[in-house]
Amino acid sequence: MEIRKGIAVSPGVAIAPAIVLDSEQFRIPRRSIEPQETAAELGRFQAAVEHAQGEVRELRVRVASDVGEKLGAIFDVQDALLADPHLVAEVRELVERERYSAEYAVSQILKAYARKFLALPNRYMADRVADVYDVEKRLLRNLIGARRESLGQLSEPVIVIAHDLTPSQTASLDRSKVLAFATDIGGRTSHTTIVARAMGIPAVVGLKTITAELSGGDNVIVDGNRGLVVINPDEATIGRFREAEGRFRRMEKQLGDLRDLPATTPDGHEVRLWGNIEFPHEVEVCLSRGATGIGLYRTEFLYLDRDADPTEEEHFQAYAEAIDAAKGRPVVIRTCDLGADKFTHLSGEYDERNPFLGCRSIRFSLQHIGLFETQLRAILRASALGPVRIMFPLITNLRELRQAKMLLGDVREDLEEEGVLFDPDAKVGIMVEVPSAAIMARHFARECDFFSIGTNDLTQYALAVDRSNERVASLYTPGHPAVLRLIQSVVEAGLEAGIEVGVCGEMAGEPIYVPVLLGMGVHVFSVSPATLLEIKKVIRTVSMAQAREVCQKVFQFDSDREVDAYLTEIGRRLLPEMIA
Amino acid sequence: MPVREVSIVNRQGVHARPAVQFVTTAKKFSCRVTVRMGTKVADGASIMEMMLLEALPGTVLRIEAEGPEADACLDALAHVVAEFDKD
Repeated sequence: MEIRKGIAVSPGVAIAPAIVLDSEQFRIPRRSIEPQETAAELGRFQAAVEHAQGEVRELRVRVASDVGEKLGAIFDVQDALLADPHLVAEVRELVERERYSAEYAVSQILKAYARKFLALPNRYMADRVADVYDVEKRLLRNLIGARRESLGQLSEPVIVIAHDLTPSQTASLDRSKVLAFATDIGGRTSHTTIVARAMGIPAVVGLKTITAELSGGDNVIVDGNRGLVVINPDEATIGRFREAEGRFRRMEKQLGDLRDLPATTPDGHEVRLWGNIEFPHEVEVCLSRGATGIGLYRTEFLYLDRDADPTEEEHFQAYAEAIDAAKGRPVVIRTCDLGADKFTHLSGEYDERNPFLGCRSIRFSLQHIGLFETQLRAILRASALGPVRIMFPLITNLRELRQAKMLLGDVREDLEEEGVLFDPDAKVGIMVEVPSAAIMARHFARECDFFSIGTNDLTQYALAVDRSNERVASLYTPGHPAVLRLIQSVVEAGLEAGIEVGVCGEMAGEPIYVPVLLGMGVHVFSVSPATLLEIKKVIRTVSMAQAREVCQKVFQFDSDREVDAYLTEIGRRLLPEMIA
Repeated sequence: MPVREVSIVNRQGVHARPAVQFVTTAKKFSCRVTVRMGTKVADGASIMEMMLLEALPGTVLRIEAEGPEADACLDALAHVVAEFDKD
């Protein structure tokens, strides 16, 4: 049994045999052969090796004559690997003794070698694993060839293990049989994540080498709540996870009953519970989990992983799709938030010493006005289709807000002149996620229609902590009294000016912080689709009177530890089944 | 059984291409080659095992050869190791 830790991106627990997809969509079945087939199977293996060697030698000659002898010699390594007597003997043994099919034996043996390479302490040596993977692929391609199995015809429930899921791979999956995903790469915005959330199945991404660490048919547990993958678990572990799985299902079922109920406190105070999305098709997931609007539509995906900037039409199509799906509910579109940890072919060109304090987000947009205007045009055009709001991220001073609004005004005039339809009253707001904007909130409130507090960046900037840095991550908490005071001053400024104040950072989706945010008077909670129902449950449990009391009490503490301990305690008392 | 000890002197140690040269040379002779490095053992005909030895610069390999051409084989292998990465 082995346990791997990755990033939990879609909640739930699943236990099933794995199928491993590589980038070429091979699915290696754990197929056994009959005794009388052994000779034929060994013959297939032999033929595959010989054919693979032929390919490698041909490549060697071509590369050597095209780019030089030195690069050509790289293929000698693969040639030698294919002829390795141990490799050949081990594969033959699995076929003869275990009655494995040739492709399953090849996959088992080469993955075992890959694991050994990955375990080497010397980086340069460990990188040789690439040759091992290449040889595996080459052999499998020769073995499977036209016999490649269709992913659309799974007979049993499976867990899909992949480097990353491409859209075409996902499209070919029989979704009724897939219980979970686990992938080598990816983060919150990867395709795998999006698909898993949309399918409502558990997923763990960023596991680095999971595809090398198991073979098709291995039993696997995916724990999408804690970001764990257990390879070949023992009985006791399976029992523990089955129990957790059951508990999660019951909780989901119980929460599902809340879907159509309003996000209202027991004493009748109603708030708006909206969803955060990256991709248009997530709107549907949000609505199916009871969201009454989209409070944060991140638009960076339009810019990422491509060589050219998105066209106005591409922007428009994406926005139109989201607005259509929202069926008349508000959609807050955030203009592009590139830079820092999200790069395009453009922004990635600069090497910044301190990217989180660099040319990111609205700063990047204001320095690339053409790009920015294209996006603004598309958003405005989309505003003719349904209630759209425009939100500018990372505003630090009034000048930026005024500049952005001026550009928006220019684009409006152009559209008017061209006779293109748009909503002239579309609301314009800012993300408050920098301490300077929070402190100056009163002034900002006069010049925009709404605030949305981005607690992740606000916390990082107020506390000067990068939470992805393990050595200081423990200093990061939105429960720090300084962060709470900043948030409170923003809410107060908004209330005073009569504009709506929302929270779209992760804090709004953490149950223990909901009472204090309610107590401050936050109007909109915009959270990830996965946490919508949980947060509704909290809102429907805490009375406004209790929330105000919690809020008052919290401001008496002078340390983040006391705040977090107190809020956890309150949470446990109110929702013992949810907050451990 | 003839045995030879050789030091790894090239910059990257027995990485992919040196491993290819080693096993290709070993296979030219009719004898069985075993390479030891500390407690690790590799079959001198297996590139996988040779690379997995992770023989870095400064380490010493103990090469054993068994068979009719053992001595000639060890001479050739010692020469190959000394010339790693010199092309």
